[in-house]
Amino acid sequence: MFKWKKLGKVFDPKDLTVASWMHEFAQSPSVLIEDTYVRVFFCSRPAPTPEGQYLSYISFIDLDRTNLLNVLRVCERPVLGLGKYGTFDEFGTYPVSMIRNGNEIRAYYAGWTRCESVPFNAAIGLAVSCDGGESFQRLGDGPVLSYSPDEPFLLGSPRIRRFGGRWQLWYVAGKEWLVIDGKPEPVYKIRLATSDDGINWSKQGKDLITNVLGEHECQACPDVTWRNDLYHMFFSYRDIRNYKSREGGYRIGYASSPDMLQWQRNDSMVNIELSETGWDSEMINYPHVFELNGSTYMLYQGNGMGRAGFGLAVLESATAWRKA
Amino acid sequence: MKWHKLGKIFDPTGHTLPNRCLEFAQSPQALVLEDRVRVYFSTRERDSIGKYLSHVAFADFSRDMRQLLGVSSQTVLPLGDLGCFDEHGIFPINVLRDGDRVLAYTTGWNRKVSVSADASIGLAISHDDGLTFERSGTGPVMSASLQEPFLVGDAFVQCYGDSYHMWYIYGTKWQKFNDEATPDRVYKIAHATSPDGIEWRRDGQQIISDRLNADECQALPTVICLDGVYHMYFCYRQAYGFRQDSRRAYRLGYARSIDLKNWERDDSLAGIDVSTEGWDAYMQCYPHIFECDGAVYLLYNGNEFGRYGFGLAVLENS
Repeated sequence: MFKWKKLGKVFDPKDLTVASWMHEFAQSPSVLIEDTYVRVFFCSRPAPTPEGQYLSYISFIDLDRTNLLNVLRVCERPVLGLGKYGTFDEFGTYPVSMIRNGNEIRAYYAGWTRCESVPFNAAIGLAVSCDGGESFQRLGDGPVLSYSPDEPFLLGSPRIRRFGGRWQLWYVAGKEWLVIDGKPEPVYKIRLATSDDGINWSKQGKDLITNVLGEHECQACPDVTWRNDLYHMFFSYRDIRNYKSREGGYRIGYASSPDMLQWQRNDSMVNIELSETGWDSEMINYPHVFELNGSTYMLYQGNGMGRAGFGLAVLESATAWRKA
Repeated sequence: MKWHKLGKIFDPTGHTLPNRCLEFAQSPQALVLEDRVRVYFSTRERDSIGKYLSHVAFADFSRDMRQLLGVSSQTVLPLGDLGCFDEHGIFPINVLRDGDRVLAYTTGWNRKVSVSADASIGLAISHDDGLTFERSGTGPVMSASLQEPFLVGDAFVQCYGDSYHMWYIYGTKWQKFNDEATPDRVYKIAHATSPDGIEWRRDGQQIISDRLNADECQALPTVICLDGVYHMYFCYRQAYGFRQDSRRAYRLGYARSIDLKNWERDDSLAGIDVSTEGWDAYMQCYPHIFECDGAVYLLYNGNEFGRYGFGLAVLENS
């Protein structure tokens, strides 16, 4: 079992006492560890348009390395603008996953566009920072990972890693849109692409994680770490219906693999419960696991898909990393 | 090159087409069969909100192209499912004989909110000489990439040597050229290669130089090899005002290559132009070249992007 001890909420832009471009949401945290601080990138939103439509931008906060609940700095402006007219990321950049590559930092993110018959579509973009993550520039106006015959739409939830000298991109791919209670709802599954340079990708072309909620289970946010000769994936999953409620919302799932391709799912290994009350009493999802000073931490977003901000937990029992 | 015009050979309004299609026979493209030439085109129905949906249909001609034998009576390839790249139309379709099957490279259209639509290239396969096609997956084989951000379409595929070669177009920008107008798009011709017709390699480079200006729109490349020289026809126009003003509308362009890499554009050698009056006087677009029984033919659309059909020309000399 992975036994997690919750350390509390780390950040919610609504708690800020100074003016900020961030109106609400702190979604999908992803860290870069620096000498004196931990930079947590996440996605946030200015106030919605009068029609109630939101735009997601990439943001960050810096946390004190010696006390991760101490916020040292809040980013003053989005680190990446939205895409040009008609591009895949014209209406949002969410979620994001960061990785260092020499002197640069690369951001892999899902870009959002709006459609007529279904509400949206997404593809995965790549932007690079040469100033330590203060600002990012796109490698091109189009996506770095786009649709293919068996991945027709909704490529999102990227998580970038480098294991064994190669690049791995875990992501989700849409399978079909179903009309549920008169409204189009997508089904999407976790997949893997690999690369020698992080730019030209070779898709593995298979769903990696077996369903526990039936074929219409939606899977997201595959966060992979390597420990004790095993790959460990924490992800999120939900049913296609009623997912905005406490009962039907995203939960955290877990799977392990010896080779990144064959995964053994075992959600019961994850032992982190909803709180009785408060910011993470309805949802705990979009986990990001990282190590610091010999401890293993999990950042996760809370209620309303991170509308209530994100928080931190620390792993109490290390036996779970053992090979099954 | 010198072409002899044979006039308009097909008008969709004179036929009953499947899928409630009434007008348009756009981007005619030929599949030469044993006893006939099957010419595919895209025709249109209006959906429940009054917008167009483009469907694939065909007309069969005798091998000398003098006689119309009939039109398709059933759906050749249905539109894509909800949310798929080809949900709102397939236009155009390029067919290629590949052993005992026929490959179709489609351009699928999907409607968007800020701009009108996006496009990607799909693959469908026929095992009945092109009467019907089945999709190879619900997604596209060529879609947007880092350097080709949207509007990837107009595939034309040929086999030369050990490779499949695809000429296609990709969008470079959407722009409002004046305040009242809806956004217009700019697109250019590029080239991809493949060992199997499915996995494509491309570098997002424009291969045909602009003649009008940097915002020139280039579309529907078609290539034929004659006496060791590759000849490309395509259509091009100004980025805006091309519907109202004949001088800004589509014309046929021409380029040649001896290595499939470097293309020399010289429209003055095209050997065909708009007529002084009639069905192709206002514009010429969507060219398609094919060979049959020793003759080289050029199918193309005229005025109003092919609303009232397509015409034919035959090569007199090269």
